[in-house]
Amino acid sequence: MYEFVIGKRNLFVPFLILLACMGNAVTGSAQTDADAIMMTKNNFCTGFVYSNSHWNNYWEGTLKRTNENIGTVTTNMYAVMGNYGVSDKLNILFGLPYVQTKASAGTLHGLKGLQDLSLWIKWNPVETDLGKGLFSLYGIAGYSFPVSNYVADFLPLSIGLRSKSLSLRAMADYQVGNLFATVSGTYVFRSDITIDRTAYYTTEMHNTNVVDMPNASSYQVRAGYRSGRMIAEAIFNQWYTLGGFDITRNNMPFPSNRMNAATLGVNVKYNLKAVSGLSLIGGGNTTLSGRNMGQSTAVNAGIFYILDFSKKQKQKEKAGSSKKE
Amino acid sequence: MKQVIKYSLLSVLAVGYIASPSCKKNTNGRTDYAPILAPAKTDIDAGNWKPVLLAGATEFSVAAPAAVNSTGYVAELNEIKALQLNITAEQQAKINYWGAGGVLRWNEIMRELVAKYNLPPYQNADGTYPIPSAANPFAYPLFPFANPPYAARAYAYVSAAQYDALVAAWYYKKQYGRPAPYKTDATIKPMLTQTDLPSYPSEAAVLAGVTAEMMKLLFPGEIANIQQKLEEAELAAIASGSATRSDIEAGEALGRQVAQKFTARARTDKAGAAVGTPADWAAFESSTLAKGEIAWISQDSPKRPPMLPLFGKVTPFLFDANTTLALRPGPPPSTSSDQMKKETAEINAFVSNPSREMIRIVHFWADGVGTYTPPGHWDAIAADDFITKNFSEVRWARNMALLNMSLMDAAIVCWDTKYAYFNPRPSQMDASIKTLTGLPNFPSYISGHSTFSGAAATILGYIIPEKANTYNAMASEASVSRMYGGIHYRSDCETGIATGQKVGAFAVARARTDGAD
Repeated sequence: MYEFVIGKRNLFVPFLILLACMGNAVTGSAQTDADAIMMTKNNFCTGFVYSNSHWNNYWEGTLKRTNENIGTVTTNMYAVMGNYGVSDKLNILFGLPYVQTKASAGTLHGLKGLQDLSLWIKWNPVETDLGKGLFSLYGIAGYSFPVSNYVADFLPLSIGLRSKSLSLRAMADYQVGNLFATVSGTYVFRSDITIDRTAYYTTEMHNTNVVDMPNASSYQVRAGYRSGRMIAEAIFNQWYTLGGFDITRNNMPFPSNRMNAATLGVNVKYNLKAVSGLSLIGGGNTTLSGRNMGQSTAVNAGIFYILDFSKKQKQKEKAGSSKKE
Repeated sequence: MKQVIKYSLLSVLAVGYIASPSCKKNTNGRTDYAPILAPAKTDIDAGNWKPVLLAGATEFSVAAPAAVNSTGYVAELNEIKALQLNITAEQQAKINYWGAGGVLRWNEIMRELVAKYNLPPYQNADGTYPIPSAANPFAYPLFPFANPPYAARAYAYVSAAQYDALVAAWYYKKQYGRPAPYKTDATIKPMLTQTDLPSYPSEAAVLAGVTAEMMKLLFPGEIANIQQKLEEAELAAIASGSATRSDIEAGEALGRQVAQKFTARARTDKAGAAVGTPADWAAFESSTLAKGEIAWISQDSPKRPPMLPLFGKVTPFLFDANTTLALRPGPPPSTSSDQMKKETAEINAFVSNPSREMIRIVHFWADGVGTYTPPGHWDAIAADDFITKNFSEVRWARNMALLNMSLMDAAIVCWDTKYAYFNPRPSQMDASIKTLTGLPNFPSYISGHSTFSGAAATILGYIIPEKANTYNAMASEASVSRMYGGIHYRSDCETGIATGQKVGAFAVARARTDGAD
């Protein structure tokens, strides 16, 4: 049984993919790339991502197990995402996934539906030479909320957890030549959710349909190769739920479980030469350790395109870049 | 560079600051702050009400209390005064909590225990399943597995024992007429509703004693926790000015004695043998096949023995074992009939494209693994309404006993029927049927939820007539939720409701003649 696919899909994947998209802005403005795929002011990068994840091991609390009555849980996600340059230093991003779950064994019904709309503001206040490289700092604030009346309380087959969340992230990036490393820390405030039943048991009885959702935090380290043409990186992510309870022996999971996960993955993004502004992304990740969640392995692929709403400005900046070069 | 460092520090501090106070959030339950019980009447003659198991209210004697002007009693009043002098906010909260009603709070505690223990054991390495052992409740699998029949019986025993114990208590209250402490000593502050009901023996202590004693049998792993609750309830009664130490001691002793009578009944009511044996399990299958019907098969993996297959033989409260058989409905549609095909197709259609509202209904009534079960859900529904009715404790107990005896006897009739016919679930007949709630590991006909709900709605509709239609509508929704969930056919549900209503009618008949109305 176990959700975690969802917690993770829900919370991590849009981040990863959007950052790949944002990579344009970072590299574009930071590098002297003659292609000038700059995520400058008034550019809009948008695209579509498919992701597939599955697991058959999960952690019941800290006990790793399988469940013959669930088999393998598969989650398919189809997401639309975008990143708009309000200015060179301020981007607005969004992501909206459609999620579908199913279990390979047992009788439990899979679920599907539009999940949560996520919106982010990304700010790059600092970008400066430091030693041999370039150092930059980012502040990212995100808000996500369910856009359909999907069911949270049917784990592990729910498509999401329904909490409205506010996330605050601080991120630092350092690049020397084409090598870079990025570290970030995120805190996620999560709202209570309302479920369909009027009572539930955690470590005690709750005679209410309102569930306190513990807040969460994560940190992430990513490093690899980055040029105007492509990005190839490894990503380590650790997600902690700050509170919540463990699934008891042979029990079902619940949205307010203490769900933790450490994942390791790779991402590749390539800007096509043939079509300026078109890029492909692909990646995968696996769960190294966890608690109250499935040990999922995921792959994703996507296509993004940059729409330029400021031809003149773009031309001008192109000229500017080549001069610098 | 300086600027870089400044920003870095600021960012880190910002995230650190936000992360450090892990904001404590809390959601209140509906009844956490239920009002202090304020009975519309004392039911002073409840000592004449008809008990369930006791031969009469005086089967267990309660010694006459000391006079209120005795030195011993004055010392007891001083204990109350001392408690009231130094009362803390926490103690006040306990007084308010227990003051909402002992029957209510003990029922909530029961529901919590049922939810905690309602977990099917994990399989052994060889694919068999361990059976919880009352002799060793702390070893995995914990005893008991508080599944719906077990829970129905537990609620019924506790409720019926509470009722009988309070009938006896009310008898002695009237006989001895010892007034509440605050009536004898005006410096004692009444923290609960003032009443003319005599305080000896204390109803709070009767309830604590009877429940704690029953729990030794029903939830033996929880004795220490229950004892703590008992002491808390009794201290709250004393500190509130409602009872003295001797009121409490007499009440607890009476409660425990009454409980022992119920415990003795429970040990011989055949529930202990309800798990059955591998030979019993095989016989259900072979006798069904012999009739030319498809037999139920466990869809758990590994295959799990059916839940409490001999529970239908348990001795009911409201009627005798022969009546159980008389209440057993006729057979479900043959597994080879067109009717069965049609009913299976109907369930397939429900689960193929369920609306959000259908899923809401399924989940609202699911009451599956890790919950307080359908009987607990009906107790919760009843409790929410009883809170508004200003019943005395003895009337609360009587109404809860009627409800829970109905639910237990509904479980008995339902389980008898399930194993008499042993017919397959929709998902066994059609493997493409996927369920929107956990698939119960026992035969389909008749629906347990429907039987429970038919019984509960019938007796609750008698107790609170103005809500009879509401209860019936809830029962219908609970019933149909099992079809929407993909785990029952229409005939399981409709016959289940009708059978449950017949069980509920026995409770109504009892209620009409028990002296309370």
